[in-house]
Amino acid sequence: MNGNGDGPVVVAADVARRYGQGETAVDALRGVSVEIERARLTAVMGPSGSGKSTLMHILAGLDKPTSGTVAVAGTEITTLGDNELTKLRRRHIGFVFQFFNLLPMLNARENITLPLTISGEKPEDGWVDKIVGDVGLSDRLSHRPSELSGGQQQRVAIARALVSKPTVLFADEPTGNLDSTTGNEILELLRRSVDDYGQTMVMVTHDARAAAMAHRVLFLADGQIVRELGECNAHRILEVLEEIAA
Amino acid sequence: MTRFAIRGLLSRKLRTALTALAIVLGVAMISGTYVLTDSIDQAFDRIFTDIRQGSNAVISGKSAFDLSEGSGVTEPTFDEALLEDLRGLSGVEDAEGSVDSDATQLIGDDGKAVVYGGAPNLGFSIANPDSRFNPLTLVNGEWPGANEIIVDKETAAKEDFEVGETIGVQAEGPVQRLAISGIMQFSSGLTIGGATLAGFDLPTAQRLMRKEGRLDEIAVASKPGVTDPELVREIQAILPDGTQVQGVGQQVESDAEETNEFITFLQTFLLAFGGIALFVGSFVIANSLSITIAQRTRELATLRMLGASRRQVLGSIILEALVVGIVASLVGLFLGLALAKGLFRLFDLVGFTLPNTGLVFETRTIVVALLAGILVTLGASLRPAIRATRVPPVAAVREGATLPPGRFARLRGVGALLMAVGGFAALAYGIFADGLDTTTILIWMGLGTLLVFLGVALFSSRLVRPLAHVLGWPATKMGGAAGSLARDNARRNPQRTASTAAALMIGLALVTLVATLASGIIVSFKSSVNDLFTGDYAITAQNNFSPIPIDAAEAAAMAPGVTVVGNVRTGEALRNGEAGFITAVDPGTQEVIDLDWTEGPEDTISTLGDDGAFVDDGWAEDNDAGVGSSVEVTFPNGSSKTFEIEGIFDPPSGGSPFGAVTISAAAFDAEVPQPRNLYSFLKMEGGATDENQAALDAALADFPNAKAQSREGFIDNQISGLSSILNILYVLLALSIVVSLFGIVNTLVLTVFERTREIGMLRAIGMTRRQIRRMIRHESVITALIGAAIGIVLGIALAALLIYRVDFLVFSFPTLQVVIFVIAAIAVGILAAVFPARRAAKLDPLRAIAYE
Ligand SMILES: Nc1ncnc2c1ncn2[C@@H]1O[C@H](COP(=O)(O)OP(=O)(O)OP(=O)(O)O)[C@@H](O)[C@H]1O
Ligand SMILES: [Mg+2]
Repeated sequence: MNGNGDGPVVVAADVARRYGQGETAVDALRGVSVEIERARLTAVMGPSGSGKSTLMHILAGLDKPTSGTVAVAGTEITTLGDNELTKLRRRHIGFVFQFFNLLPMLNARENITLPLTISGEKPEDGWVDKIVGDVGLSDRLSHRPSELSGGQQQRVAIARALVSKPTVLFADEPTGNLDSTTGNEILELLRRSVDDYGQTMVMVTHDARAAAMAHRVLFLADGQIVRELGECNAHRILEVLEEIAA
Repeated sequence: MTRFAIRGLLSRKLRTALTALAIVLGVAMISGTYVLTDSIDQAFDRIFTDIRQGSNAVISGKSAFDLSEGSGVTEPTFDEALLEDLRGLSGVEDAEGSVDSDATQLIGDDGKAVVYGGAPNLGFSIANPDSRFNPLTLVNGEWPGANEIIVDKETAAKEDFEVGETIGVQAEGPVQRLAISGIMQFSSGLTIGGATLAGFDLPTAQRLMRKEGRLDEIAVASKPGVTDPELVREIQAILPDGTQVQGVGQQVESDAEETNEFITFLQTFLLAFGGIALFVGSFVIANSLSITIAQRTRELATLRMLGASRRQVLGSIILEALVVGIVASLVGLFLGLALAKGLFRLFDLVGFTLPNTGLVFETRTIVVALLAGILVTLGASLRPAIRATRVPPVAAVREGATLPPGRFARLRGVGALLMAVGGFAALAYGIFADGLDTTTILIWMGLGTLLVFLGVALFSSRLVRPLAHVLGWPATKMGGAAGSLARDNARRNPQRTASTAAALMIGLALVTLVATLASGIIVSFKSSVNDLFTGDYAITAQNNFSPIPIDAAEAAAMAPGVTVVGNVRTGEALRNGEAGFITAVDPGTQEVIDLDWTEGPEDTISTLGDDGAFVDDGWAEDNDAGVGSSVEVTFPNGSSKTFEIEGIFDPPSGGSPFGAVTISAAAFDAEVPQPRNLYSFLKMEGGATDENQAALDAALADFPNAKAQSREGFIDNQISGLSSILNILYVLLALSIVVSLFGIVNTLVLTVFERTREIGMLRAIGMTRRQIRRMIRHESVITALIGAAIGIVLGIALAALLIYRVDFLVFSFPTLQVVIFVIAAIAVGILAAVFPARRAAKLDPLRAIAYE
């Protein structure tokens, strides 16, 4: 139901990203090529500073690569201007952050429908209610973020990301700020949205059990994809991580 | 998006309110000015209409050329025989003649002339109290008979005048003692602020005003069925030279002309200060918005990430500004109404009751006040709003992501400098270019000043670091760790500190400009009095500038010990066809005034005779005149005489008592029926002594409006007029300083909010509340001092430019005032810090750290 055609929804080819210039330059990414498949949950793992967030930002069109190309839903995005990029983000991209980034002056419902308000669309009948029900926030809709727990805030953020039915949803350490029980609930919520709505999702995580819920796990080290696993258990993932670190 | 903008504002109530205050004051000033002046205008219109009640046409004397208003020179009188001729006309039902004078002094029980502020002392005849033309009603007693006076209710109440009491009255000649026959008021009940009204029967008034057998005006009522134009035409046919007739409507208009001009002037003058306050307010708005936007980077980035376009971000910020502008302007509008009301009451309290027929709230007031407030707010929000659109979406996820510099960021310093230089150029063009008319000059000067302020304000972020280093030095010595931190804080965001200081900079630049000009005027004036004045005493009006009847000087000349009297008369005339002031001197002036002659003999003054004149070098140059050439002078009575130029003098930089053209008093008095002296200078045996002063005071006892002063007294009195003008200017400029004070408060509140964590950390590692307060206070004072330093330098530079242009001014550094301004700036800094410092000190260290 998302995007068009059957091919991968995001295609990155030989993406490099360098921060700064001269001696202090940092190569956050050095030639990453990756395809993100439809209706699948892709996990990205790797040591701190390996370039996971950078990759996410570039795939989502928030940042531009120094070289290489990125296509989202068939559109090459590295050459787009700000207005086209903004429109692309509205239609195709959702984002869940480690810090929930809710607007403090809006209540939960308003935060959830914010993307629709911005693009001036009417929410589809029943869709908002369905998401709200699925994320378990039906009785909290009129609360402000400051009146919600961390887990509840992250649920609002996930509902907000899902509301516009994005082609691909990026989540950067969505549980990084939560305790493990709440974290697990959030992970299950994310996975369910892949299974139930066919949502395509890319998730950065440091948690092997979280990655074990994915259809596919990419390992980054030093700005490059060094390994890739299909569906597997947490134990296997930890082994690979140790290999990489060594 | 609209909803979010408004929600956002509501969630930042305090900050929004503080920002809005900056606009409220300026708008209040604008609306208050309009309400006040419109109300006064309406009340005066009523009074002027009332005065002409019952008339269909008015005959008055007509001078040979248009007299400038308020110079003390009045239209010529005409023969009272005209009254009978008019009464004989077929269209005339009724006619009455009158004389009047706006220098009819009443003497209070304390022996002093009754004067309230600069208000006129009106005297007039009431030929026939029962006639339809009389706009007055009796409150008490009777209408005046021969050698009686009737006074107005307000004056009687203030001076304790009672019916039957005898009081002193003086118009042209010495004081006369007249009995009060009654108390009166306008039938409408209106009062003219501070003016005294005195009515007499016609012969008494003519005698007092030295207008025996003559009239100033005749009021005419027409027979039924005769239209005003028909009446005017019939009268016109028999009018002698030197008189004119006007329909009553036109007459009311010309009566009101002088007042209207004054009200218009007052309006423009006060509006200018409202404008300045708004301009300063725009800096406060721009600065507050920039800071809030910087603090909302993450929020804005999230919006961008969720698909908000740049235009939507721009729109939401502008919308916020619009809402603030509208609310602030509305509040300001009504505050202005209250301000006008308060001013009426204030004038009432100081005994200068302004005529009041209710507050006038015109549509124009609403439109202009709201538009000004809203447009200024929108204009000020533009730059911050554009900056907000540059917040990259990635800032939502990257901690500490900064705004990318604008495309022209590197050119900013150069651009600001160019702007300031361009401003100075425009200013200099306005000041120095030849042949511009007044409006053009003012536009160039205004535009130039605006650009200078903007340019300097933008450039000043480059000056913040070094200035904070120097000006913050005392803080580091006095405030210890708190002081050092304060200095670092002031330097850490130069742009913010600079624009906060800029608001104060403008106010201080303007007061310094005024102070420097004033100091220049005073120094120049003193030095020219010292250069010119070789006598011992000067006689002037009590208010130091009104021309007074020559009888006073004649009486003073009789005082024992007086050796020389030199009078300087003043009047208006056409000089070679061009209207302006002329002066006249008697030969004695030669010995009390020492002029610097560039042409002609040293004793020109005493040898003018009946047809000699002297001119100043500027006029001589402009008119290509030299000794031996002639100047034609046309007097108000219409007669023209040719005078031969016998001398040309170079006035000292502080000016001279003489007009461009001066003739002999004898020639002047022959053409001007009621000659007046501007100054009389005297020499006495023994110079300025207590006995001599007493002798002069005794001689002038019958002329309460005249005073004799020694040279020092004369200088001080002349300057005192200037200081009251200065005080008004300072008060009005203080408004914009108050606005900038709010600006500092605002920045500090926002800064404290932004540094919540940091302040919590400082508290956690052992800073006391006191130290926190001190830190904020020092930062505030440093910011204020930066504004003061730049403002004072700028003000002096602007003043120097003006003084360089004006021939009769020399530059003099206003040391005392500058010291006061610096102290005032420190006070502003301390005051501005009170509230933010308290807020900062109240932060709970734990909460501050856990914040977010
Ligand atoms: N704006 C920036 N300027 C300079 N260097 C940057 C910037 N952003 C990221 N980097 C550098 O790029 C590298 C990759 O950063 P990135 O945030 O992608 O790592 P990460 O894998 O997400 O790490 P973590 O697991 O800690 O979140 C790091 O070395 C980081 O220091
Ligand atoms: Mg990261």
